[in-house]
Amino acid sequence: MKKLILPLSLLLLLAGCSSSGNWGWYVIDPRTSGGWTNIKFLISGMGSTILISVIAASISIVLGLIVALPGQSGNRWLRLINRIYVEFIRSIPLLPMLFWVFYGLPIVFKSLGINVPIDPFWGAIITLAISDSAFTAEIYRSGIQSIARGQSEAAQTIGLNYVQTMRYVILPQAIRRILPPLANQFIYIVKMSAFASVIGMQELTRRANELVVTEYRPLEIYTLLIVEYLVLVLIISAGVRWLERRMGADERV
Amino acid sequence: MANAAIELVGVNKWYGDFHVLKDIDLSVGAGEKVVICGPSGSGKSTVVRCINKLEEHQRGTIHLFGRELTNESRSVASIQGEIGMVFQQFNLFPHLSVLDNLTLGPMKARGLSRADAQERARHYLTRVRIPDQANKMPKQLSGGQQQRVAIARSLCMEPKAMLFDEPTSALDPEMISEVLDVMVELAQEGMTMIVVTHEMGFARKVADQMVFMDEGEIVEHGPPDAFFGNPRTARCQKFLSQILQH
Repeated sequence: MKKLILPLSLLLLLAGCSSSGNWGWYVIDPRTSGGWTNIKFLISGMGSTILISVIAASISIVLGLIVALPGQSGNRWLRLINRIYVEFIRSIPLLPMLFWVFYGLPIVFKSLGINVPIDPFWGAIITLAISDSAFTAEIYRSGIQSIARGQSEAAQTIGLNYVQTMRYVILPQAIRRILPPLANQFIYIVKMSAFASVIGMQELTRRANELVVTEYRPLEIYTLLIVEYLVLVLIISAGVRWLERRMGADERV
Repeated sequence: MANAAIELVGVNKWYGDFHVLKDIDLSVGAGEKVVICGPSGSGKSTVVRCINKLEEHQRGTIHLFGRELTNESRSVASIQGEIGMVFQQFNLFPHLSVLDNLTLGPMKARGLSRADAQERARHYLTRVRIPDQANKMPKQLSGGQQQRVAIARSLCMEPKAMLFDEPTSALDPEMISEVLDVMVELAQEGMTMIVVTHEMGFARKVADQMVFMDEGEIVEHGPPDAFFGNPRTARCQKFLSQILQH
């Protein structure tokens, strides 16, 4: 709760300015029925934002590992594939990629005779997951490289193959170092999911845009939108810190 | 020697332009103990690491128990777990308990059940004289204890030969003997061993062959009596006088 005091007091301070006539907090005043309806409408986008972010992040965590592992290989062609993927994907800005996936990919599918429509929901998830996977791959890379080489050598000498070495020796140690930057990426995905509004996904930002069109009150509505993201990110941060503490405790050093 | 356990003939290795190993010939019979010594950078660790394929050699042949060892991954996979390795830095898995360190290889690489692997692990922990530390984490043990766990971890794979790469160099002086005692015992039980070490007391006690390396070459090679009593080369004499002085 302490963390909410600053933004809330800031809101109240701004509310005090309403007498000047520039502010119209009534649009989101929970004490009036109209304001309450508007607030409910805005917050109802929360579910989609969370769902898109969680699914995209989950895909990205798996995809990132699949992309990262060839980068550790002794085979230079596998390393090259990893480099090309990472450099290519992370150079594409999110918005153009979103347009390409949502408007372009269905055409590619159609020309291949595949009839897979891409709705805003999956369009947003695919874009966010692929875009983010280049970054998670780099996070995995630094995490894996931070584990001393002696660990994989010791694993080899007791007969473990590559997959077993990764699964039982390297990744369990790397995950503690990987977790904080992965959490950072998750927060990034939550914020980037706002772009899904431009392809019609009914999430937080889209709701705010739609309300602005009918109420003509951008200042108040976008302020509340920012607070919504703030609350969401603070909750995630608290959850990650809890997880880190728990994993640190498991270390039993 | 047809029945050698480990045989190197004309092994050469380069790191880029740097010639690390020059025409290494070494033949180790089953049950024999070889001690390799020499100044740092002489290539003695690299010899050991080529034998279990942590490093590749570029020329020459390595035979293990009559089978040629090439750099192809299939032959690499076939020897790992059959040749035990003890590292200078122990390389225990810090996120696993002592018991789990020991059971990982037998369970995952050999397909033993957990119960069988644990029984085997406890057997070898007793042999390295730390039967009561099974549930501790590696970091809770002293260096000497950690190195003995590492030895037990290798023994759990029931290897045909053991390689030791400066096993006591990272230890505090008072812990060296507890590790050497375990190694002497292992030697007396007939294990084939190649040991890179500067512990000359240990070498005198167990070695069948002494090897002195310098600048990537085997400079002197022979039974311990001749090696210590009457070293032929000046380089070896100088080295021995330096490390035996203290």
